[in-house]
Parts: sequence; structure tokens; C-alpha cells
Amino acid sequence: MEFFLQLLVNGISLGFLYALSALGFVMIFKSSSVLNFAHGELLAIGAFLFLVLSSWANLPIIVAFAFTLIGSFSLGFIIERFFLRRLIGEALIEVIMLTVGLSIMFKGLLLFIFGGDIHNYRQFLPEGLSITWGSIGIPSVYVASFIIGILFLILFGFFFKYSSQGIYMRSVADNQPAALSLGVHVRRVFALSWAIAALVCAMSGIVLGIINGVNVHELSSIGLKVFPVVILGGLDSIGGAIIGGIIIGLLETFTGGYISTSLREVIPYIVLVLILMVKPYGLFGLVEIERV
Amino acid sequence: MENNIRLLLNNISVVYSDVIQVLKGVSLTVKKGQIVSLLGSNGAGKTTTLKAISGLLKPENGKVTDGSIEYDGAPVQNSSPEEITRKGIIQVLEGRQEFKYLTIEENLRVGTATRWGKPYKKDLELVYHYFPALLSRKKNMAGYCSGGELQMLVMGRGLMAQPKLLLLDEPSLGLAPILVKEIFQIIRRVNEELGTTLMLVEQNANMALQIAHYGYVMENGKIVMESDANDLRENPDVKEFYLGTAASGALKSYKDVKSYKRRKRWL
Repeated sequence: MEFFLQLLVNGISLGFLYALSALGFVMIFKSSSVLNFAHGELLAIGAFLFLVLSSWANLPIIVAFAFTLIGSFSLGFIIERFFLRRLIGEALIEVIMLTVGLSIMFKGLLLFIFGGDIHNYRQFLPEGLSITWGSIGIPSVYVASFIIGILFLILFGFFFKYSSQGIYMRSVADNQPAALSLGVHVRRVFALSWAIAALVCAMSGIVLGIINGVNVHELSSIGLKVFPVVILGGLDSIGGAIIGGIIIGLLETFTGGYISTSLREVIPYIVLVLILMVKPYGLFGLVEIERV
Repeated sequence: MENNIRLLLNNISVVYSDVIQVLKGVSLTVKKGQIVSLLGSNGAGKTTTLKAISGLLKPENGKVTDGSIEYDGAPVQNSSPEEITRKGIIQVLEGRQEFKYLTIEENLRVGTATRWGKPYKKDLELVYHYFPALLSRKKNMAGYCSGGELQMLVMGRGLMAQPKLLLLDEPSLGLAPILVKEIFQIIRRVNEELGTTLMLVEQNANMALQIAHYGYVMENGKIVMESDANDLRENPDVKEFYLGTAASGALKSYKDVKSYKRRKRWL
């Protein structure tokens, strides 16, 4: 029973991390229908930026964190401005191929600068943040990610549902010519969605870096894990990304705990296929509204 | 005299993808506070004319290659849609083009994009005043609304932008006659009560000429006829080719070959 509960807690914490990292992906897809294959590299860039600022430049943690977020936000803007803007109006597949190219380029750059070794942050999370409950323990890093995650989810929820800018962003995703006819600044919307996505990526990159150490290969492969998460939850649903993340997290830890650790990576995909057979738009994806 | 004119198209030509010429020297004038309707058969260039004005040619790889478009005395041809909408020209696209996954009210709020951050409550009330049908459905997703509701929605969305010149592309398309009547009454009220200048592209020439002050007829990318709406309604050619009734008022037979010759004469 205790083993089960510990697995449950681990699964949910892990799932929450996946969910957090999937948010940025959903963001870009929602506004511009682009699948961002450079997602994992954005995670890695955020994590390394924080490493440089906190461990190497020795800035106070809060300052380093703030600068990392600002840096990634600007990076998102720059990526949109210099690479994606030129492809506005081109076929979607070309834009997606561009993100594949970006992913390879960023990975190469990171490997060139930092090498393939594992780097570690200095210890900075207060021990008091961890929760012990009988024999079940939640490490402080998971608690921290949980708090940050919930905070940002609520923030994003409100942003998209109620703020004007959020509604403009959704309108662009929905019907771009119509948004244009009403004077929505489509390029600004794209830039903003990339910037926010890069920011969220940096955040989850940092948390993953604290848990596993900062390593280019590791982080960029976790970026690929957003695919089962978002496809499961529905590509365009923020709520779906969270549920999808938690389901994948639970599946992984339970398979690892009860069946075999080598099946860990495979089972989520099998379940993904099964769920998609029943719900082709994912669990919470928007069902295409068609007029007949 | 000069400052009475809202929009002036001076001999404009539009070319798509650098090769396909759609408009061949179109000139027209829209005076402040008027409803001007643009009639013509399919492919005559009516929608292209509207898109040339609103700047929406650009994303479709079209360009105004010749002539000028003056809005309130300043040239606006080939500006981006972001600039043009902020000057007060809003186009309501053909075929409704609602935001399917946004609620009615969220759809309307997108209309505030040209003045982001400014209060919009009054405008919402105004739109619900003109289109009461929208009020009861404001929390519904637009994708599940009926055609009539959607037409009201997209027109209301245009009004949210507080346009000085509203371009309506085929508002009657695919609607039941009773709804068409209602929509046109609302268009007339908007024009009279808000003083909005309107340009109306229509296949339903009969309805359009009833509410318009002035009318233009387009064929093959050119203006072939222009006149006061009343005169146009009485013109025997317009009656026959666009209103569907012959000069005598009875339906014309295809056997009458003369009409073909007459059509050729002014095309």
C-alpha cells in the first residue's frame, strides 16, 4: 500500500512536470497551429541560462530566475522575428520543418558551448519545502514545481479566457483572415505566443535540471515527451495538457514500479494509441465544428 | 465639397500574384454618411475592390498596381490591414467567417482589437441593441449558432471597432428572405442612427438598391454604370439583368435574343 501511494505521488509529481513543459507547446499550437519540434531545446536553453546565471555568475537565485525568464521571453520574440516571420503565409509544413531545423541548430550550439556532460545547480531550495507523510515523501523540488505550475496555470487560464489580448490570440488561432479583417495584429500575436512559450519552457527546464541535472541530450529528449502528453490531452487544450501530463506520469511510474523499468518508456505510447482510437481529438481537444 | 468625400478610388488596377489582373481601372466615390452599393455578377471584381480598400489583398498576394485610394483625403493603397483598420475602415468578410471556438461575446470583443485596452462596454450594449438575438446567446460558442445569428454576429463585430467606413460583403448570402429583410433594415438603421458610411457588395440587387443612396454596377473588373440608387432601379437594363424583371415588369424569356445584343452593347 505504501509502495502504491509513493508511486502515486511520484507519478503525479512527474506528470505535473510534463504538463508544465507541455504548456509552452500548446501555447504555440493554439495561436499558430505550428507543432514546435524545437520544444526540448527551448527547455534546455532555459535550464542552461539559469545555470550560467546562478552557478557561474553567482547571482542571487531570485535574480537569476527573473533574468532567465526575461531572457527566454526575449529569445522567443527573437526566434519569431528572425525565423518564423519570414514564413508567414507559407504552408504549415514548411514552418514545422523550420522548427526541426531550429531544434538541431540549438542543440548543436548548446553542445558546442556546454558539452555533453551533466552540470548541476548549486543547492538552493529550502529543505522545509519537502513534505513527509508517514513513509511517503515528496522532495522539495516537486513541491516547488507544483506551486509554480498551479500558479502559472491559473494565470494562463485567466489570460486566455478573460483578457482582451488572450481573446485576440485565440481569434488568430481560430480564423486568421477574419482576425486580420478586424485589425488584430497577427504578427504580434505570433511573437507573443513564442515568447510566452519560451518562458514556460525555461521554467520547466529549470525544474527538470534541478531533478536530473542539466544535460543537453536529456532535456531535449524530454521535449519529445510533450508529444504523447499533448496528443493525449488534445493539442489545443491547456486543461488537457495537465491531465495528459499526469496520466503519462502515472503510467510511467506504475509501469516502472510494478511491471518493468524497461517498459516505462513504451507503455505511455501504447495507452496513447488506445485512447486515440476512442477519442480521436484527444481527451479534451476541440471537436471540429462542421456545418452540413 | 472635397471634405464631403470619405473614400475615393481613382482608376485603380489590382493584380494577383503579379500576373492575374482583376480590376482594370476602377473609379468610385463614397460620400460621408451614404450607403453605396456595388452590384455585379460573379467574378466581376466586387470583393477584390473591397479587399483593395481594406488592405486584405496583401495576404492573398494581390496588389494595387495603378491608381490611388484616398480615404479622408490621404492615400491608403497597399497599406497593411493593421494600419487601415486603425484608420476606421472595417471589412465584414463574405461567408460570415465567425470565430467558431469563441463565444458570441468573445467574438464581439475581438472587434476591439483596433483600440486595445480602451473600454468597450458601451459598444457591446450598442451591438446588443441592434442585434437583440445575440444577447440571449452571448455565452454560446459561435460555431453552433445559426446562419442568421452569425451574420448579425459578424456585423456586430465590425461595429465594435467603431468604424467610419464599414464594408459589407454579401450580407444576404445564404439567408432566408425574412432574415435578409431584417438584416437590411438593421443596416439602414446603423447608417441613419450612427452615421456610419457603408459600402455594400450584393448579389441581391433588389434589396441593396432599396436601402442604398448610390449604386455602381461592375462587370469584368470595370465599373460599367453608376447612378443614384433610384435611377438605377428604374434603368431598363439593370431591371432586366440584375433585378430579374423586364422593362414591362413581366419575366423575360430567353428566346428574346435582342437582350443579348443590348447587354453586349454596354459591357
